[in-house]
Amino acid sequence: MRELFCDSVFFGVLLSVSTYELGVFLKKKYKTAVFNPLLISVLLVIGVLLVFRIDYNVYYEGAKYLSYLLTPATVCLAVPLYEQVELLKRHGKAIVGGIFAGVLTSLVTIFVCASVFGFTHQEYVTLLPKSITTAIGMGVSEELGGMATITVAVIILTGILGNIIAEAVFRLFRIEEAVAKGVALGTSSHAIGTAKAMEIGEVEGAMSSLSIAVAGLMTVAVASVFANLI
Amino acid sequence: MKYIKQLLIILCISFMGEVLKYLIPLPVPASIYGLLLLLTALLTGVLKLEKIKDVSVFLIEIMPLMFIPAAVGLMDSWSALGGILVQVIITVVVSTIVVMGVSGVVTQMIIRREEQKTNERTVL
Repeated sequence: MRELFCDSVFFGVLLSVSTYELGVFLKKKYKTAVFNPLLISVLLVIGVLLVFRIDYNVYYEGAKYLSYLLTPATVCLAVPLYEQVELLKRHGKAIVGGIFAGVLTSLVTIFVCASVFGFTHQEYVTLLPKSITTAIGMGVSEELGGMATITVAVIILTGILGNIIAEAVFRLFRIEEAVAKGVALGTSSHAIGTAKAMEIGEVEGAMSSLSIAVAGLMTVAVASVFANLI
Repeated sequence: MKYIKQLLIILCISFMGEVLKYLIPLPVPASIYGLLLLLTALLTGVLKLEKIKDVSVFLIEIMPLMFIPAAVGLMDSWSALGGILVQVIITVVVSTIVVMGVSGVVTQMIIRREEQKTNERTVL
């Protein structure tokens, strides 16, 4: 029985999609942020793998086909961006200003936390690119002498967290403008945050997609300056 | 047939993104080059939106699923963080909340200030 699951090409994808769908169902029923479909799915999959002692690599062998689509899907984020291009032109200054403020804030808060906790240089630079998209963040981490695999883990954790807390943070900081919500999600929690922004609305989704690219590129430019601080 | 053609165009642009990544020595992923290429193609009118719309709507809708495999990988990377796990989690939580708040508030502030300016101008 166990071999059947382990050898199946569809087991990984089936487990991922069905747990996500269960998350969607729970969220619809209880309407609280805790029942975030992505979080539910990740926790349930980890639970199933641990209980049945299935190795992560066995799961990934099938589930990797989901990740395979990530590049073309990210490319497609140009579509909502194109549809909202008028808005982008009108609020260009606010969008770029907001993203830049977010990028600086990210580097500063990580510097402050690292100082408080006494992180080593390697630990510090591993965390520096945590708010940007995985592929850029990995490159930045490697270049600065960080541990790229940990960077990936931290980036994903940041994304899931951003995805879950977005609505609460918007209430807390009284962020009401759709453009501002999109910029906030994309700048703080990259593509996983953008998935949330897409759920909230088209404008939010478009602005969030744009912020992934802009925040990523800005971080590439500024992170090396911050890296020398610890 | 239209889905095949749409998929073909999107895969072509993804591949062109990979070519750019190969040629340009920056830590920028192929997907971001592809996003910029597609946006340029749409803005310049080289590519009409209908040529890719259906497949891109589908891909964007199922995008959250694509993060599940990597996120499940967290179960293996915890151990590498060892002694600083709690500190790292605190850093992630604090920084994510503050960054989200600041970038949103700054964007909103500039938007509202500019709108106020235009309103004043129209009143005058």
